[in-house]
Formats: sequence, C-alpha cells, structure tokens
Amino acid sequence: MNANLPHLAAQVRIDALKMIFAAQSGHPGSSFSTVEILATLFFGGFLKFDPKNPHWDGRDYFIMSKGHGCPALYAVLGELGYFSKDEFFNLRQVDSLLQGHPETFIPGVEIASGPLGQGMSVSNGIALGLKIDGKPNKVFSLHGDGELQEGNIWEAAMTAAKYKIDNYVAIVDHNTLQIDGTCEEIKSLGDIAAKFRAFDWETIEIDGHDFAQIEGALTQAIAVVGKPVCIVAHTVKGKGVSFMENQVSWHGVAPNETEFEAAMKELTDQFDRTK
Amino acid sequence: MSIATRTAFGEELLALGKEQTNVVALDADLRGSTKTGAFAKAFPERAFNVGISEQDLVATAAGLAVAGKKAFACSFATFLTGRAYDQIRTSVAVSEKAVVLVGTHAGILTGEDGATHQSLEDIGLMRALPNMVVLHPADAEETKACVRYAAACEHPVYLRLGRANVPIVYEAGTKFEIGKVKKITDGNDITIFATGPLVASAIAAAKLMEDDKIGVKVVDVTCISPLDIDGVLREIVDAKLVVTAEDHSINNGLGSAIAEVMAEHGAPAKLHRIGMRRFGESGSTGDLYHKYGFDAEGVEASLRKFWDERK
Repeated sequence: MNANLPHLAAQVRIDALKMIFAAQSGHPGSSFSTVEILATLFFGGFLKFDPKNPHWDGRDYFIMSKGHGCPALYAVLGELGYFSKDEFFNLRQVDSLLQGHPETFIPGVEIASGPLGQGMSVSNGIALGLKIDGKPNKVFSLHGDGELQEGNIWEAAMTAAKYKIDNYVAIVDHNTLQIDGTCEEIKSLGDIAAKFRAFDWETIEIDGHDFAQIEGALTQAIAVVGKPVCIVAHTVKGKGVSFMENQVSWHGVAPNETEFEAAMKELTDQFDRTK
Repeated sequence: MSIATRTAFGEELLALGKEQTNVVALDADLRGSTKTGAFAKAFPERAFNVGISEQDLVATAAGLAVAGKKAFACSFATFLTGRAYDQIRTSVAVSEKAVVLVGTHAGILTGEDGATHQSLEDIGLMRALPNMVVLHPADAEETKACVRYAAACEHPVYLRLGRANVPIVYEAGTKFEIGKVKKITDGNDITIFATGPLVASAIAAAKLMEDDKIGVKVVDVTCISPLDIDGVLREIVDAKLVVTAEDHSINNGLGSAIAEVMAEHGAPAKLHRIGMRRFGESGSTGDLYHKYGFDAEGVEASLRKFWDERK
C-alpha cells in the first residue's frame, strides 16, 4: 500500500467540504466520519476497479448504504477519475451528475441509496451472485450507526448468516450521532458488535480513523471463511474540522462563508502536513 | 378448464431456468404459494429463501441484478408491494435494476384469507413508479408470455398473479404482443377494458348479451403501465359507452389509467369502472366474485345497468 492515505484523506475532506459549500446543502458531519474508511478501501488497494470502465465485470463492489455521506464518496470517485472534478461544484444542482444522494447514473455507484437500511441486503445479493458465478470478487458496504435502527438491516444480517456469505464485509461508521440527537438518546444501539455476533457474524472493532487499524481489520475480514464479517469502526462525526467534531448540528447543514474559511484552513493544514 | 396464473408462472419459471442460467428466484417463506418450488428443486444454487422478510427479499434481488442476474422476487402481492415499497422504489426502480417482482394472491380472488391478504392497491402502487412495467395476465397462457416478456425486459417488471383457478381464455400457442391491448370480441356499443381474471368474466358477459343486440367489445389490458394509449383510443372510437373491469381498487388501477387517457384525449364516451370500492373480506372465490359482481353474471348486470342509464 504505497498511497499516502493521510494526504489523500485530507484531499477528500477538502473536496467534500468545497462541494457542500458550493451547493449550500449536504451532510458534512456524516461525510467526514467516513473518510479514512473510504480512502483505505479505494486508495489502499482493497478494491479492484476501473474508473474508465465502471461496470468492468472483474470489479469488487462498494455499496454506500449511508447514502447521505456521498460527498465523501464523490470526492473519492472524482479523485480516481470516474468523472471530472468539475462536477463537484454542481452537487445537488438541477441537471447535475452528482445528486443529493447516490444514483446509478453516477459512474462508480452500484445502487441508489439514501433511504436507509437497504445496502446490506443489496450487498448480500451481489455476494450471492458472485458465488453462483464462482467469482473471487468481494463486496464491501458502509453503514451509519443510526441506520442500524432500520429493521431491514437485521433481516439482511440473518440472510448473510444463513447463506454463510463470506465474500462480503459490512462496515459500520459508529459516530454515535444521528439527526435528532445521540443514538443513545434516540434509540440506543447497545453493543453493536455483540448484536452482530448474536446474529452469527464475525466482528472486528477498530478506531475508524486509524489507517493501520482499518487496513488490519480489512485484511483480517477478507480472510474469514464461512461467515459474514462486520467491522465496527468507532469514528467521530465531523472528523477533521474542530468545530464540527461530535456536533449533531453538523449532520446535514452546509457551512456559511466564515465557517467554510475556518474549516478550509484546518483541512489545508492537514493536507500540507501530510505531504 | 381452469388454471391459476401462479401455477402457470411456476411452470414457465422452471422452463426459463433450464434455458437461462442467469435466472434466479427469491422467496420469503411462501415458496409453496408462489409456486417457485419446482424451480428451487431443479436449481437449488439459484433459489433463495430469505424467510419472512419482504424488504430483504426485494433489496437482495436488486443486489443479484447488480451482479448480472435476472432475479424473480416472489411473495403475496400485498406483502411484496406494501411491505417492501421503499425497497422497490429505491433499490429497484430509482436504481434502474431489471428485477421481476412477482406478486401472487392479488385481488379478492385470493378468497378465504380475507382483506389483509387480498391485494387491491398494488397496481396503483406499482404504476406510480415511472419505469415499472405492470403486467396482469388474464390466464395461464398469457402468464407464460408475460414471464418471457419480463425475463427479456430491461426495466423492472411487476407481474400480478392470482391464487385461484381462472378460466382459460387463450389457446396454447396464441401469439401475444405484451404491451399492446388485445381485442377479443367485436362490438360497437360498449367497449369493456378488462384485466386479469375479469377478462374471462367480460367475455362471458358479452356472450350473454349477444341476443339483445348489444355489441360488447372486450379488450384485454395485460400491460397496465406503460399503457398502450393508441390502442386504448383505437378501441373506443365507435363506443357509446366505455367500461373497465378489474379485481383491484377502482382507484389508481386500470379504471383510473383508462380514465386518464380518455380525459386527456377528450374522448366523448361515458366511462364506468367495475372494481373494488372497499377492502375485501373472507369467502370462497366464487362467493366473493358473485357478491362483488366480478363473475360473468355480475359483469353482465353492470353492463346492462350502465347501458340502460346511458341517456
């Protein structure tokens, strides 16, 4: 893994912030908690893909089940050349490529998401299809922790265990916050890893901003045979911008000009420091 | 002779599975009812039973479509289109995944299970989705043609099927043009657009009225969305009265679809809708079809009443 992941992560945060600022709409807090996970998957060699041929049948699959975090995904896909970075500045605008939530006409997006809880079932379906064909490819999905309140998640968790879907790794972005408050006060998720273990999954708990831990967990997860794996990544909502970190209020609002300048200064410092 | 459309579906799915290795079937603990059992027995590696979880059923089918499979996701119509509506909308329709959604036990034809299990809103739910093809075959032979059409379709398809036996309308080997309305009998007085089991009732009603010199043109509307607008307008050119007939709510189903076309094109004839105006109830299919006027005599009585009232 030769990529400078911390540097690329800083770039992703800068691009995500710029597009949300340009749109004056979007989810910065929910995007920033995912960045190290996305950077490791896409820049760290864990996913096989071809930006010039998004439907290449030798690809691995990534499902952004927490669709509202898509500015971070778009920043990654733009960095990889799936589409021009100029598209960033049309996010959420009429006639734009980059919709408010992921859609399948966006190169690199496999399925529409946003309405929560569906990506685990979708991932199971892809993984089962790959198994029928005897293909070695893998499926990865990223979920919010609040998303786990959806019943569809637990339906899918049982299906993955029933079919011993071991070519699929689910990752939970456990930032502990959702729109209306903390997950604890809205509807407690309890011990997420214990819940998945009770559903007969393997689980791995990590710091979701520590590249070494993310790489270690993904490597370990891919090697598991006979069971689906859930990586519970402990993260910080709004990670990377001091005044956004751990703030529910930054779930889904765009920064004003003053806030944008302040955030850009912090992110640019991170970008320069990691060169 | 009569056969349930779900039975014909099960037979054709098995035949399709033999020819096309990318066909997969998914169920939610109703394999015995949706008639996918033979397919699952023949191709266990291509058949998935996700248990009693319709949301999972539909989104898993969408995932299989992402992986290049032609997925048939099967359950009772009301559970499939009601319980999993957001999965159908997001993971299938918005995502442009060519999944085939197979809803059996549509309408009061379902019988004894009662209102909770008799889907009367599913056509409306499905035809509201811009790219969803909504198919409602009249009999076994047409069901088989719909299965083939759905398998080749590049859009999501909703295939609406019934539990109980329905009369054979079409001979074996009939050529279908799914997507176009199909005129079955000629008549210049009344045009009745019927779908599903009501096609057989409409044909029988038309026969019963022959002696009274009231010409009834019966038109089978298998594809309710996208609707064959030119075909609908063509079949009402000479009609003095237009009637629709469906085992579905009169709201948002075939009757509404025909009403929209007629209003938008300034069709001069008056329209009456035969369908459900309330939730269903328990009873044998025969008793229910009699009570709600869906059998041949019931449709005949409605047509005569509409005809007498036309001035």
